[in-house]
Amino acid sequence: MRALLLTGNYAAAYAVREAQPDVISAYPITPQTTVIEKLADFIDAGELKAKFVRVESEHSAMAALIGAASVGARTYTATSSHGLLYMYEVVWWAAGARLPIVMGLVTRAIGPPWNIWSDHADFYTLRDSGWNLLFASNAQEVYDFTLLAYMLSENPRVSLPTAVAWDAFEVSHTYEPVQLIERAPDLLPPKGAWKPPLSFEDPASLGNLAYPEEYLKIRKAMKLAALEALKVFRDAAAKLGEVSGRDYSRGFECYRCDDAHTVFVVMGSIFGEVVGAVDTLRREGQRVGALKLWLYRPFPYESLAEALKGKERVVVISRSSALGAASPLAADVATALQLRNVAAALVDISAGVGGADVTAGDVINMYKLAEKGSGVFFWQVER
Amino acid sequence: MAHRAFPREEYLERGHAACPGCGAMLLLRHVLKALGPNTYLVIPASCTSVIAGPHPKSAFRVPVLHIAFAASAAAASGVVEALARLERPGNVVVWAGDGGTVDIGLQALSGAAERGHNFIYICYDNEAYMNTGIQKSGSTPYGAWTTTTPSGNPGFKKDLPGIMISHRVPYVATLSPAYPSDIAYKVKKAASISGGLKYLHALAPCPPGWRYEPRLTVEIAKLAVLTGMWVLYEVEKGVFRLTGPSAGLLDKSKRRPVAEYLRLQGRFSHLSQEEVEKLQREVDEKWDRIAELLEEGKR
Amino acid sequence: MSRSVVEILLARPKRGVVASGGWRAERPVVDSSKCKLCGVCWLFCPDGVVEIGEEKVLIDYEYCKGCGICAHECPFGAITMVRER
Repeated sequence: MRALLLTGNYAAAYAVREAQPDVISAYPITPQTTVIEKLADFIDAGELKAKFVRVESEHSAMAALIGAASVGARTYTATSSHGLLYMYEVVWWAAGARLPIVMGLVTRAIGPPWNIWSDHADFYTLRDSGWNLLFASNAQEVYDFTLLAYMLSENPRVSLPTAVAWDAFEVSHTYEPVQLIERAPDLLPPKGAWKPPLSFEDPASLGNLAYPEEYLKIRKAMKLAALEALKVFRDAAAKLGEVSGRDYSRGFECYRCDDAHTVFVVMGSIFGEVVGAVDTLRREGQRVGALKLWLYRPFPYESLAEALKGKERVVVISRSSALGAASPLAADVATALQLRNVAAALVDISAGVGGADVTAGDVINMYKLAEKGSGVFFWQVER
Repeated sequence: MAHRAFPREEYLERGHAACPGCGAMLLLRHVLKALGPNTYLVIPASCTSVIAGPHPKSAFRVPVLHIAFAASAAAASGVVEALARLERPGNVVVWAGDGGTVDIGLQALSGAAERGHNFIYICYDNEAYMNTGIQKSGSTPYGAWTTTTPSGNPGFKKDLPGIMISHRVPYVATLSPAYPSDIAYKVKKAASISGGLKYLHALAPCPPGWRYEPRLTVEIAKLAVLTGMWVLYEVEKGVFRLTGPSAGLLDKSKRRPVAEYLRLQGRFSHLSQEEVEKLQREVDEKWDRIAELLEEGKR
Repeated sequence: MSRSVVEILLARPKRGVVASGGWRAERPVVDSSKCKLCGVCWLFCPDGVVEIGEEKVLIDYEYCKGCGICAHECPFGAITMVRER
C-alpha cells in the first residue's frame, strides 16, 4: 500500500480523486483553498474527469451541486467558516432533497473579528441540518472519512449528504504520512447505482410546496434514514477496515479508557495533546482515559454510553464557544449518559476557541480544575 | 387557424394554481410548447413555485428542480454540467421571476453568464414580488404602486437584458405573451445555440399585482409593445434587431401614447398628468437611442 | 423505468392540482354561429382549457377559471362571459 506525505487538505483531494465525482463546485476560502487547488491540478492532469464549476459564491457552490446531484452526478465541495454560513440555506436544502453530496469542512472560527484558525463553531451549525457528520483528527482520517462519506451517502437506505470536518492548520496544512488504499474505488458503490430524482424520461418535481401533513412524512423519512445511517456507517467502516486495517466502525476510539475513572471526550486534532496529558496523568497514578469521537451525526448515543458506563467523571473538551448554554458536544454526551442512566459527573470545557493553542499541560490543568468540581462548564482561557 | 400553427401538446396541466388571467402561465405554456418534453425546469421561489401545486402533485409535465430563491442560475449550472458529464441530453431552462433575477438572483446569474454555461434563463417579469403579495422589486417601473411603495415607486426599473448584453452572452431577447409566434421563434433559437447562456426577459402582466381585470392580460401585453414601453428585440452575438411589432415602431407616430397602457392598470392610477408626460418622454428617448443604435450597427 | 431512491420526495404530473373550475364567477360561452374556429381563444388561454374541435370550440369547465381573456380577445365577438349561478 502506497504511503504519501500529505496535508489534511491534500489527503481530502486524493480521496476525492479516488471517488471520481462528476461535478465539483467550490469557492475559495482560507484554509480550504489547497483542497480545491489540488483538485484543479488533478483535473488539469486528466486524473480526475470532473466538471469544475468555479462559482461566484459558496451559496452557488452548494446550489450547483444540488442541481448536479438531482440529475445523478456524484459531487464534491469544500468550505470553511463564513463560507459555510453563506452556503447555509442550501446546505439544509441539500439534506432535505436527500442528495448524496459530500463536503469537506475545514473548521475555522467565525467573525467578527476575522479569525482564520481552528474552531468548531462552523461545524456545529450543521448539527440539525440532516447531514451526516464525521470529524477527522489527522490527515489519514481525512482521507479515510472522505471515502466513507460516499459509501454512507450513496447507500439507498441513507441518501443524505455527508460532511467530513478537520481542523484548520493543525490538520489542513500539516504534512503527515497517509496510507492510500489500493483499489479504493472498489469500496465505493458503482457510479450510477444511485438513481437520480430527475430525468425527462420519468418527469417528476423535486421540492414542491408541501402542506404540513406531507412535509411531516418527508421529514420522518429523513429521520429514519438518519437512524439507518448508524448501521450503514458501521458496515461501511468495517468494509474499509478490512482493506486498510483501520477500523472506524464503532464511531469513536478509546485510549486507556477501560479502567479509567475519568474520561476526556474530544473531537479533532486536540486528541493528540489529550493523549499526552493522559499518559502524564497515568504516570502520576490518575486513572484517566481519552475518547476520540469520529461520528457526530447520527450521534452514537448507545455505544458511547456503553463506553462511559461505570466512569465517575466525563470531561468534554470542545473547540466551541456556545454562549449561554452547554457546548453542543457536551449536550450530546449528556444525553447519552442520561439515556443509559450512566451516573458519571459531566464537566464541559470550551478550549482552543478561535484557534488558541491547547497543550497537554493545558489539559492537565483542566483535569485539576475538573477534579475540584469548579463548575459544570467553563472555558479555558488562561494558561 | 392559430391552433394549427403551434404544437398541440400541452406541458402545463389544467387546474394549475395560477390566478385567473396569469400572464406568466400564458408565457410558460408557449415556452414549453417551443421546447418540448426533453426539458429540465429549474424554478426558484416565485409564483410558479406555488402554481406548480402542492406535493405530491405537480402541474408540469417536465422534470422540475425547485430551488432556493437566490440559487436558480447556480443550480442550473450544476444541472447542465452534470448532464454534459453524464452524456445525457436535455434542455436546461431556468424559469425565474423578476425578484429572483434582478435582485436576489443577480449574483448567481452574472456568475453563470460569465462562466458560459449552456442553458436558457427566462425571467418572467411581473414587475414586483408578486408571490409574497406585491412588494417592490428592482424591476418595478417608476411610479408603480406596490404594497411597499404605496405612493408609487421612486426607483427605476433595472435593465436586465442590458446587463446580460454586457456579459457578452450569445443571445439576449425580450418576450411578450401577446405575441406567441415571437416567443416560439426566440425560444427555439435560444435552444438551438449550443454553448453559453441564453437570456430571455418576458413581460408577465399580473391582474392582482397590476390591478386590472384578468380578461385584459393579453391586451395589456399588446399595448406594452405597441406604445413602445416594452421593446421586442433580440441581440445575437452583439447584433441588435427589433422583432415583431416593435420593428415598425421607430416612427413615433406609429407608437400608441403610453397613457393607453398606463390607464388600464390600477397600479398607475395615481399618476399625475405631469408624470404620465414624463414617462412618455422617457419612452421617446429610449426609442431615439434605439434608432441611434441601429444606425451605428449599419455603419 | 428505475425509480429514484427517494420516491417519497417526488411530486408527479397531475391534472387538477387545484379544483380551479370552482374559482370562477362567470363562464365563457361560445356562440358557434359567430365562431370561425380561428384558434385565438386557444392561443391565449393561460390554463389550456380551450380545445378547437373539428366543428366547435370546447371549453373544459372543470378547470376554466373564468378569466375572460378568450372572450376579450375573440376577433368575432363569439364568446360572452355569463355569470355563474
